[in-house]
Amino acid sequence: MEYLNIVFDEVYKILFLLVPVLVSVAMIVWLDRRIWAFVQKRQGPNVVGPFGLLQSLADALKYIFKEMIIPSSSNKVIFILAPIVTMTLALIAWAVIPFSATQVLADINVGILYLFAVSSLGVYGIIMGGWASNSKYPFLGAIRSAAQMVSYEVSIGVIIINVLLCVGSLNLNDIVIAQQNVWFVIPLFPMFVIFFISALAETNRPPFDLPEAEAELVAGYQTEYSGMMYAMFWLGEYANILLMCAMGAILFLGGWLSPIELYPFTLVPGAIWLILKILLLFFLFALVKAIVPRYRYDQLMRLGWKVFLPFSLIWVVLTASYLFYFNLLPVS
Amino acid sequence: MIAHAIFFYTFSIIAVVSAIMVTASKNTVHSVFFLILDFISISCLFIMIGAEFLGMIMLIVYVGAVAVLFLFVVMMLNVAQQKNQWFAAKDSSKHIPIGLIISTLIFVEIIIVIGGWKYKPDLFDVNSSLSQTSVSNTHSLGQILYTDYIHVFQISGMILLVAMIGAIVLTFRQRSGVKRQSYIKQISRERAEGVEVLEVQSNKGVKIDD
Repeated sequence: MEYLNIVFDEVYKILFLLVPVLVSVAMIVWLDRRIWAFVQKRQGPNVVGPFGLLQSLADALKYIFKEMIIPSSSNKVIFILAPIVTMTLALIAWAVIPFSATQVLADINVGILYLFAVSSLGVYGIIMGGWASNSKYPFLGAIRSAAQMVSYEVSIGVIIINVLLCVGSLNLNDIVIAQQNVWFVIPLFPMFVIFFISALAETNRPPFDLPEAEAELVAGYQTEYSGMMYAMFWLGEYANILLMCAMGAILFLGGWLSPIELYPFTLVPGAIWLILKILLLFFLFALVKAIVPRYRYDQLMRLGWKVFLPFSLIWVVLTASYLFYFNLLPVS
Repeated sequence: MIAHAIFFYTFSIIAVVSAIMVTASKNTVHSVFFLILDFISISCLFIMIGAEFLGMIMLIVYVGAVAVLFLFVVMMLNVAQQKNQWFAAKDSSKHIPIGLIISTLIFVEIIIVIGGWKYKPDLFDVNSSLSQTSVSNTHSLGQILYTDYIHVFQISGMILLVAMIGAIVLTFRQRSGVKRQSYIKQISRERAEGVEVLEVQSNKGVKIDD
């Protein structure tokens, strides 16, 4: 009985986290399309519901009732597994995101490593989908994304090291609390910019959406997918984007801390601040999609390996020397 | 404790079965996927014994980077058919005795090594005290690696660097006839050298030099 109680308690907590995440993913898709449309002087989805808010629900219904087509020459098990992997990986990462000092599903010691590991596993959904489709365009998309995501993970890893040098702990709550005096976006501003651009590349967003560049590869790795499986890829992708925004908010924008530690601001719960910061970062993501043309593939690789990696490595040395010289290293 | 045991046996059974499937599955790409499953379940086992840092690093390095490149290469080589043929070929029975001899040798060697292994009597005390201390896994690893074993650590880093440079040097070749783009040249081009306005006289045409 005691076991069952614990299990029910955990399931309740998980549902309380996942359902809002999924709903907000649907809303964020709408927001993305709206911002994109406004930048281009269009209206965007504005018919279903007030301001078109229910557009994503209508889309989801359409996807559910569409037929799932599995190509006869595909590798069926892996073909079906691919969207499941994408979706699962995008959702399990939310377990360690702290919404306030106490509101966190799993407050583990290696939280940031867990986030990094899960986001680096995200490439498998794409490779599996691309390979199992047994078709040229999906395969090309999968290979592109494998190279792209592995390259940009390296620079994200080095950027995380920069932050960890200032914190002295891998726990996400400790990272947030370490920013009580000043958010890391101020002393580590160049790293924030590089993190943002790398996050764009890591989530295959424009201008780095080469794995699904529709002008060249039809729809990249998801060409052969239809119905609910396509919708799962799509949900997973946006959940990953939200996750990257959350990671940026925690690493650089002070997570659930309020911007000013004064009376009216401290009344607002930490979760609200975190959501606002995530939304701010997502707004930037959406803007970039609307205003920047797509990169060429060799430029993308050059940017990752020849610009971001050396620059962030040099910045690690700088941060470490600064902290060491002024005796600011967080030694416990 | 029951839940712990259930999780332990689940992960270890998945690890062993997927390790067997790596060699047994006929499709090479499936083998790599089983290898990835093996890595993941082993990192779960690491986390279960309290080595959370090792488990995460295992996920990041092996699953997130090494196995992706593996998969990359295997998919590009298209060896799926080859492996199939190897198994189906009639003379494949020739390889079995050699394989058996080598694997028995390795097995015996492992038995000898593990048989000579002596546990320190205080190992189990250390093991149980580890979970009670407040010092985190990462912290204690860092403290040992960068103080007592700093030279070994640096040397292993150097060996990896040398291996990396060696691999790059071996595969690097200068191809001729490749048109390279210099970004500095492209950006620093100005209107004066790019565009030329000519007065074209009728019936004469313009000479364009390239």
